[in-house]
Order: sequence, then C-alpha cells, then structure tokens
Amino acid sequence: MAEDGLNSFMTGPDEAGRFGIFGGRFVSETLMPLILDLEERYNHAKTDPTFWAEMDDLWKHYVGRPSPLYFAPRLTAHLGGAKVYMKRDELNHTGAHKVNNVLGQIILARRMGKTRIIAETGAGQHGVATATVCAKFGLKCVVYMGAHDVERQAPNVFRMKLLGAEVIPVTSGRGTLKDAMNDALRDWVTNVRDTFYCIGTVAGPHPYPAMVRDFQSIIGKEVRWQLAEQEGEGRLPDTLVAAIGGGSNAMGLFYPFLNDPSVNIIGVEAGGKGVDDRMQHCASLTGGRPGVLHGNRTYLLQDPDGQILEGFSISAGLDYPGIGPEHSWLHDVGRAKYVSITDAEALEAFQLCCQLEGIIPALEPSHALAHVMKIAPTLPKDHIIVMNMCGRGDKDIFTVAKHLGVTMKV
Amino acid sequence: MTRIDDTFARLKSQGKKAFVSYIMAGDPDVATALAVMKGLPAAGVDIIELGLPFTDPMADGPTIQLAGQRALEGGMTVDATLQMVRDFRAADQKTPIVLMGYYNPIYSRGVDRFLAEAKEVGIDGLIVVDLPPEEDAELCIPAQKAGLNFIRLATPTTDAKRLPKVLQNTSGFVYYVSVTGITGSAAAQAGEVGPEVARIKRSTELPVIVGFGINTPEAARTIAGVADGCVVGSAIVKEVGAGKPAADVLAFVADLAKGAHSA
Repeated sequence: MAEDGLNSFMTGPDEAGRFGIFGGRFVSETLMPLILDLEERYNHAKTDPTFWAEMDDLWKHYVGRPSPLYFAPRLTAHLGGAKVYMKRDELNHTGAHKVNNVLGQIILARRMGKTRIIAETGAGQHGVATATVCAKFGLKCVVYMGAHDVERQAPNVFRMKLLGAEVIPVTSGRGTLKDAMNDALRDWVTNVRDTFYCIGTVAGPHPYPAMVRDFQSIIGKEVRWQLAEQEGEGRLPDTLVAAIGGGSNAMGLFYPFLNDPSVNIIGVEAGGKGVDDRMQHCASLTGGRPGVLHGNRTYLLQDPDGQILEGFSISAGLDYPGIGPEHSWLHDVGRAKYVSITDAEALEAFQLCCQLEGIIPALEPSHALAHVMKIAPTLPKDHIIVMNMCGRGDKDIFTVAKHLGVTMKV
Repeated sequence: MTRIDDTFARLKSQGKKAFVSYIMAGDPDVATALAVMKGLPAAGVDIIELGLPFTDPMADGPTIQLAGQRALEGGMTVDATLQMVRDFRAADQKTPIVLMGYYNPIYSRGVDRFLAEAKEVGIDGLIVVDLPPEEDAELCIPAQKAGLNFIRLATPTTDAKRLPKVLQNTSGFVYYVSVTGITGSAAAQAGEVGPEVARIKRSTELPVIVGFGINTPEAARTIAGVADGCVVGSAIVKEVGAGKPAADVLAFVADLAKGAHSA
C-alpha cells in the first residue's frame, strides 16, 4: 500500500491521466486536442480562487449546500450496532449529488467559450442536473438517453424538456446508458469546436475522472467538519459506504479520507440478480476484468473476446458495465473494499429507510444502505458509519411499486 | 518493406492513386464477407481495410455500427477474423490488409499474442481508432517492433503544433479524416481537404490517404485527386447491409475504384 508517505493515495492521476494502470486517454485523434485543452483549462481553474468562489456561491445559494449530515437514530437502534449517519445529498437542488459536478463543468465550459452542452444520462438524474444548470446560464443543452430508459424514466424526460433541453433517445447498440455515452461521444467528435461534453461520472478520458472527483469531493470535505462538529474535534468516521455505478458519489465521499488509515472505505456495486456467470449484474469490480472503453482503462463487464456486456440492475443509475478508473486502482491497491448488493436486498433497504427514517431513498443509495444493514449489527456501538444518501427516490417509486406488485396509474 | 510499402511504390511508378476499401469481418456472415474480400483486388482495390467488430464503435456512424452488430450476432470473433485473413492469403499474397477497429478486443486477447497471430496470418497494418499518440506504448510501438505498420489518423483538429506527434510513430500511410465526425457522415469537400493534405505532406514522406464522407465514384475521383488515394467504407458496407450478393457489391466497388484510379 502506501510506500512514499502520507499523500500517496491522493496524488493521482499522473501526467498521462493514469491511476496505476487505469485511466488514460483512449479517444480518437479528433478529440485529443480538445481534451488536452480541457486539461490545461481545468488545471488553471482548480488553482484559481475566483473559480472556486463562483462554485461556493452557487453551491450555497443555488444547490443548497452544505447538505446535512444526519444521525439516523431509529435505523441505528433497529440495527443494534454501529452509529449510522447519512450524508443527505438527496436534498440538493435536482435531488441528487449530480449537480455538484455539473456546476463545475458548466462554469468551466463557459470559461472555454463553449455554447452547446451535451450529456449522457441513465436514470435521468445527470441529464436533469445538466438541463437545469444550462437553463440557469442560457446554454443550449442536448441529452442522450437510451431509448429503453426514456420509456421507463418518463418523468425525468419531461423534466429535462421543461428545462429546455433536447432529449435524444438512443437506439444504437441496445439503447442503454453505455450506448447513450457512445452517441454523446459521436456528437462531440462531430461538433467538437463549439460543444462541451459534460460527463456525469468519474469515468471517460483524462481529465474527466479527476475533474469530476474534485467537484464531488465537496461531499467528503463537508462530512469531515460536520462529523467533528457532532462527535467532537478530530473524530473521523470509522467506515464510509457508498453505492457505485460509475462511482462519482462514492469518489466524492471517499477522496478526502483516502489518507486516513483508520477510515474503512467500502464501495457497493449493483449485484442485480446475483454476481455469478449469468452476468445479470453491474458489478464491474467483483465480476469484470480490466479493459478499455469510453476513453479509459478500467474494470469492465466483457466476454472472453473483449466485447462489452450489458449491465443489469433494478437501478437505472447503476446500469453501466464499467466503473471509474480510480476505483479500479483503489480496488487493486487494496485501499478500498468493494462488495455487491442484489436488487432484492436494495429493495428491502429502500422500504426500511422509508419506514424508520421518513426518507425515501433512490434505489442507488439503497444499495449502500443494504450493505450498512449487513455490517452495522456486527460492529460496536461507538463505531461510526457514514453512508452517502446520494439521491432521493421520487424517480423510483414506479419501479419499486412494480416490484412490490402494486399497480399505479400514471 | 511491408506489402503496404510495396503497393505504394508500385502505384507511384504507375502514376496512380490508391483505392482503399473497407468491409466488416463477418458481415453479414463469414462466407459472404470472405467472398467479397476475395473479389476486392480484381475489382480494383489496392489496399483492404478489414473491420474488427466491436460492440461499442464510438467513431462510427450507424452504417458501420449495424455491420458490427450483424457480425457479432452471427458469432464473429477475433479468432474468426484472423481465420478470414488466413483464408484470403491462401490465394492472395500481394494485397495489403489493414485491420481496423478498437483497442479492447486486442487488449483483451493480449497485445503480444495478438501481434504474433496478426503477423502470422498475413495482416500488414493496424488502425486502432481509440489509440492516439499519447497511448503509443500500448500497441503502436509493439506493433512496429512486430513488423506491422501502425497507421495513424490525422484530423481537421490536428493542428500544426500537434501534427509532428501524430506523424512520429506512424508508418505505412497517414489516414486523413476528411471531416470532424463519424464514419458515413457529411460529404468530404475536395476544396477543404486539398490544403489539409498538402499541409500534412509537407511534414512527412508517407502517402496521405483520405477517408470519411466519400460515397460515389465521382467523390472518389475528386478526393483521390487531392491526395495519394482515398478510402470508401460506409457506402460499401451499406450495400452489404442491403443484402446484396457478393457480385453486386463487387460491381459497386469496381465503379468506385475506377473513379479513384481516374484521378
């Protein structure tokens, strides 16, 4: 593990955009000049106090940050072990952590003089966040969304349209999130001069994984001082738990704690119907192997011939066959541990959270919560778990109703 | 000297432009694809680009995406693609074959193993869309060491500052992408392409071949006229996708080749 001192888990990526062997810049030549320009602009922005002043102002007055760090008393009592805290990023404007990152990228796009923003979206949360910030700044917004997701996430599609975005249903490939990302990349390569691609997770070619992580790190930074405020100066969490699709909410929570050896870090992948050779899951780390897709090397679900497989999960937001490259690296070096939770376990956690805490969680953080339910009872009462409640469940009530056998009229 | 170098030397001595055609391996099935491939040299094709199917072809438009899907649904694999080349080589030792695709199927197989097999079956060069010069250590350098050409794409966004980097480890020829976009997109304009090709040729001795957005014999003639040759892909693949028999596809290719060779 850490060989060269204190900072060794927080220094990545290197100049080539690598976290160990993961990451990189696997894109076509047309995009390379733009990606290099973006990297230069981002490197400048991240040390520019005026950039962060603008971010802080919008985070506070537009998004509603800081989001609360909430001690969940009834859930803690029910589980009978560790103290469970929830980082309430579902209370952000637009209902998820996605907006943290979108704000940063859009401010950067404006500084680069780009007038047209494109994005991919799965469940629609990143699309809604992008459409929202584009509306606020009067930018043209085009969102690529798998045709299948357009159908099952109709409320979010309508939201994006209300916000003035154009939603393009993607029918190429199998019409899923990965195909939406392919089509967004095809749009970008075609309109490279005026268009900024606002990627929704810690994946894609360098500098996206690092840039998105940096914007999402506000989550972990807040947890650090909020926990100290509630539990006493210097008190760090003992365990962090977050759900992972691409892994942006998790990276945002984990990153500020990577160099605190006492903090256990656990990422929760979507186990779908179970992580086995039927491959009906989205657990890239527990069920995949390293490969190259969408601009980076990372763990991927793929067949023996290197063809990419479709993920499967009850949660459209986790339905992606890859994972951010920094997670792949943290997994390989052993700094973070990755587990998987099945659809059934996530559904059970979803209901328990509604009933015990009066919080309707999104299906994505329900996976994190399900893992908390597994480990909390085995831990002592002075052990502190912080889980990331990264999105609210309004968008998921139809899916949940269907699985519980309830018919609702839309 | 590879077959690619030999071919350009021959064309130069004949005062002819190169006509390069693209087909997808295993589209719609191995037998048809192989029949088309075997007929390409007689139809006037100087260099064959053979597509290696991939589930996520990010630089390709709908025509080639669908071709890859047809091939994969028909059970096409890397093994079967290599076998296609082996079968072609049994009767043709001269026509250069460039394998074109994406990195993951190659990475998944293992770079060293793949390069040894590619060389053994008679592949001459590689075009791997998602490997820019920044990632040369991955495949480009090992491929050159294994005796294969690594053909790089230059694009309208490759500016003067960047061009030397793009040309540095390129061999065989330079593939100039005529438009910012995906395969099968807007028509290439000779008026725009000509100066760009001239710009690249000032920095390299290698032949410059233009592809993307060329779909008629006339376009092949005008674009080849401002370069060392041209590539047609989607237009041919579209004929295959329409279910045309190999003979009809080859007749279409022959017209395109005549166009390019009349430049």
